[in-house]
Amino acid sequence: MTRKKRRLYILGICGLALGTAAALVLTAMGDTLVFFRSPTEVATGAALDLDRPFRLGGMVKTDSVERQDDGSVAFIVTDFAHEVPVVYAGILPDLFREGQGVVTEGRLGPDGVFVADEVLARHDETYMPPEVAEALDASDPGWRTRAATSMTGQ
Amino acid sequence: MHRFANPARFLRLADRVLPVAAAVAALSGAVGLYLAFLASPPDYQQGETVRIMYVHVPAAWMAMFVYASMALAAAVGFVWKHPLADLYTKAAAPIGATFTAICLITGSLWGAPMWGTWWVWDARLTSVLILFFLYLGYLALVNAFDDPERGIKAGAILVLVGAVNLPIIKFSVDWWRTLHQPASVSRIGTPTIYETMLWPLLAMAVAFTALHIVLAIWRLRAEILERKVQVLQTLQAGQARTAATATPSSGVASPTADGTPG
Repeated sequence: MTRKKRRLYILGICGLALGTAAALVLTAMGDTLVFFRSPTEVATGAALDLDRPFRLGGMVKTDSVERQDDGSVAFIVTDFAHEVPVVYAGILPDLFREGQGVVTEGRLGPDGVFVADEVLARHDETYMPPEVAEALDASDPGWRTRAATSMTGQ
Repeated sequence: MHRFANPARFLRLADRVLPVAAAVAALSGAVGLYLAFLASPPDYQQGETVRIMYVHVPAAWMAMFVYASMALAAAVGFVWKHPLADLYTKAAAPIGATFTAICLITGSLWGAPMWGTWWVWDARLTSVLILFFLYLGYLALVNAFDDPERGIKAGAILVLVGAVNLPIIKFSVDWWRTLHQPASVSRIGTPTIYETMLWPLLAMAVAFTALHIVLAIWRLRAEILERKVQVLQTLQAGQARTAATATPSSGVASPTADGTPG
């Protein structure tokens, strides 16, 4: 075996070992690397300590946003399998709207209502001019929901 | 001088590539900026803020592409002992670091109004920050040795190990739930970005790639010349030492004594 060939094998074996190690570590960490929890995980309580603060993410359910008398906002976060009601007192980001992705951070109250201290809007990967969006509205009314659904993360 | 045989050929090639790459960078940069800031529509959700994307996304692509090219060069340098490949890794690092910084800063500027936060520790943002630290760590390591060869060897190991971060960055948005949106262009199936917004993005990507080629050639040329200077200085020092043993050395410059202000 020439020296070049030996160095090539060393590099290949080291790369393979490193890749395997990284894959194992990431698989083991798996669940802790997600940025937010889904309503389904909250409903089933899977791998989640509901007494501690956590992030809840999903889609803002259409026609669920209500301004309360005390200035706070109530809405429902859904992943189309389960729903969690959320209340939040604070400034909402520009992209916060019904039918769009959202990530909220807070605690689940004993009444099953999630009290958020922070609300972040999630943007989906669809980009288009407003005229095209309006044209789509006319021909295919359900497209906005479908575009945002890809973001709910199952 | 066998060491410089290959770099000499590279320098001749570089002289031909450089003007072409510079012209492509200037032209597609001008077209890209015009399309991005003047001739493209606002987004139906983000409004005018979408224009940040035309800088952010190509910078992110370049951040990863430059790192991948450095890792490839480090591997070639390790296996085939190719001196130019080693020098490329060193020359490209500050360029890649700058693209990564641009990506992080523009992303933050976009996130503040759109997401409602400058920064979150989700898998995508964190892995790109790690990429930035890998660049900085490489730059610190490669310059930490008196012998440049040893610095380049140590840096090559860091670059190769850090390459494991590249697939993590790319697939972070698919593997884990993140605040960052998934890919719009480099995905399976058709891009989810409308044509009039895709063209400025691609023009900017071409401009950034050509700009990287220009900067990398400049930096490589400087690295090669620096090596030549080092070799010549060592030779000169050797000659001076032999000369010094024969005749006592005299002062280099004679001071002027005519009273004119210096």
